[in-house]
Amino acid sequence: MLGPEADETGEVIVEISVTVNGETRTGDVEPRTLLVYWLRDDLRLTGTNIGCDTSSCGACTVHVNGESVKSCTMLAVQADGEDILTIEGLAPSEDELHPMQEAFRQNHGLQCGYCTPGMVMAAVSLLEENPDPSERDVRLGLEGNLCRCTGYHNIVKSVLACAAGETAA
Amino acid sequence: MIPAAFDYVRAGSAEEAIALLGEHGDEAKLLAGGHSLLPMMKLRLAVPSVLVDIGRVSDLSYITDGGDHIAVGALTRHRALETSDLLAAECPLLGHVAGEVGDPQVRHRGTIGGSLAHSDPASDLPAAVLALGGTLVAQGPNGSREIAAGDFFTGYFESALADDEMLTEIRVPKAPGAGWNYQKFNRRAQDWAIVGAAAVTVNGGTNVALVNMGSVPLRASAVEAALAGGASAADAAEQAAEGTDAPTDLNATPDYRNHLARVLTRRALEAAGVS
Ligand SMILES: Cc1cc2nc3c(=O)[nH]c(=O)nc-3n(C[C@H](O)[C@H](O)[C@H](O)COP(=O)(O)OP(=O)(O)OC[C@H]3O[C@@H](n4cnc5c(N)ncnc54)[C@H](O)[C@@H]3O)c2cc1C
Ligand code: FES
Ligand code: FES
Repeated sequence: MLGPEADETGEVIVEISVTVNGETRTGDVEPRTLLVYWLRDDLRLTGTNIGCDTSSCGACTVHVNGESVKSCTMLAVQADGEDILTIEGLAPSEDELHPMQEAFRQNHGLQCGYCTPGMVMAAVSLLEENPDPSERDVRLGLEGNLCRCTGYHNIVKSVLACAAGETAA
Repeated sequence: MIPAAFDYVRAGSAEEAIALLGEHGDEAKLLAGGHSLLPMMKLRLAVPSVLVDIGRVSDLSYITDGGDHIAVGALTRHRALETSDLLAAECPLLGHVAGEVGDPQVRHRGTIGGSLAHSDPASDLPAAVLALGGTLVAQGPNGSREIAAGDFFTGYFESALADDEMLTEIRVPKAPGAGWNYQKFNRRAQDWAIVGAAAVTVNGGTNVALVNMGSVPLRASAVEAALAGGASAADAAEQAAEGTDAPTDLNATPDYRNHLARVLTRRALEAAGVS
């Protein structure tokens, strides 16, 4: 995947200021810079993955003002002034996992791990909206996230375990 | 994939957005949720030289009671429609259909105005607004005008909006207690409908709208006429492909879509309580 190329005219640069994982981060971006590239290439927050770059796989899911969003389908300039949470900002501290991360660990909710940051962010957003989901709710709630390894079964199990409070951090 | 370079301006109000559109002409495009426009720009299917970001015009994000109708601001996101108690009580088809769009991430960003203005025959919300007999409010430099949903979709990705007009509100008649149903057929989660059918009973009649059965979202007029003439739901649904022009793509041939239209229309009618 290529990062943003230099603008031929070198003209249009927009200054943005975004709260990322609780800290104010500023940057000069071309308007066409996608949020995911700004996070990965400029802020070096490479936990957010790019899977498809076509809005389909959910690997790039982050929270915008608390809601899951595909960061490959949002411009960095659209995030100006907003509150972004990435997988790096989810855990309460260096040596503690977020309950959802812990649930994925305990329930073997990942294999290669490529989809995992996006899955976890989508799952946390899902439980914010529906704290007590059925198995079907979880499957439907994660329909925007593809996993090529697990067959989803253990991912669903992880999210249900987290919802049931079985993995308090 | 990175879109081609463009200038970016942010509008603080509908008036400002319209003035900016006037200034930049057909080179400019409005950016609402960006969930149709940005994917097209990444593929270079759209190459606007100016984007007018209306995503922060927050006074156009609302769902309110307008007396005989529900008024929805054009910048209202799919998620807000899906979870609206007012829509659930007064016009449940619209909220339900919004919940069928894409996936949660898409519904957190996409707006009803963007969905309608985009005029994609494969989209869900246009069919819902058509079936409900909704009205769209467009604002331009000289004020606002109302456009009936039936007159809004003029061609493949084309609408009745002028270059310097913006959709500000969508009105749907209240229909508490009406029978309604939406059938969306797709083969992968999160996908657009291969075919969809929305049915709603209004004022003693039944409206049916179809997704992905032509270059625009369509009313199934042959089905509606058959029902008005006393045909059963099952018989009327046999007419679902009449007057349509189903596209061919990777997912389906026209024959297959015609078949789906008949089956889904029958299911939608029956689930809406039309027998
Ligand atoms: C992965 C994925 C899956 C999807 N699945 C579905 C699906 O199953 N069903 C479905 O119906 N849709 C689907 N969509 C599309 C989604 O619903 C879009 O959000 C919607 O079609 C466009 O709304 P938007 O606010 O994102 O508009 P934008 O992308 O910002 O704009 C779309 C077009 O409308 C114009 N526009 C926007 N707002 C206005 C306005 N107020 N007045 C005039 N013009 C305006 C823009 O200039 C642009 O031309 C999907 C999208 C993605 C990325
Ligand atoms: S990389 Fe964003 S959805 Fe796949
Ligand atoms: S764990 Fe490999 S893609 Fe999900």
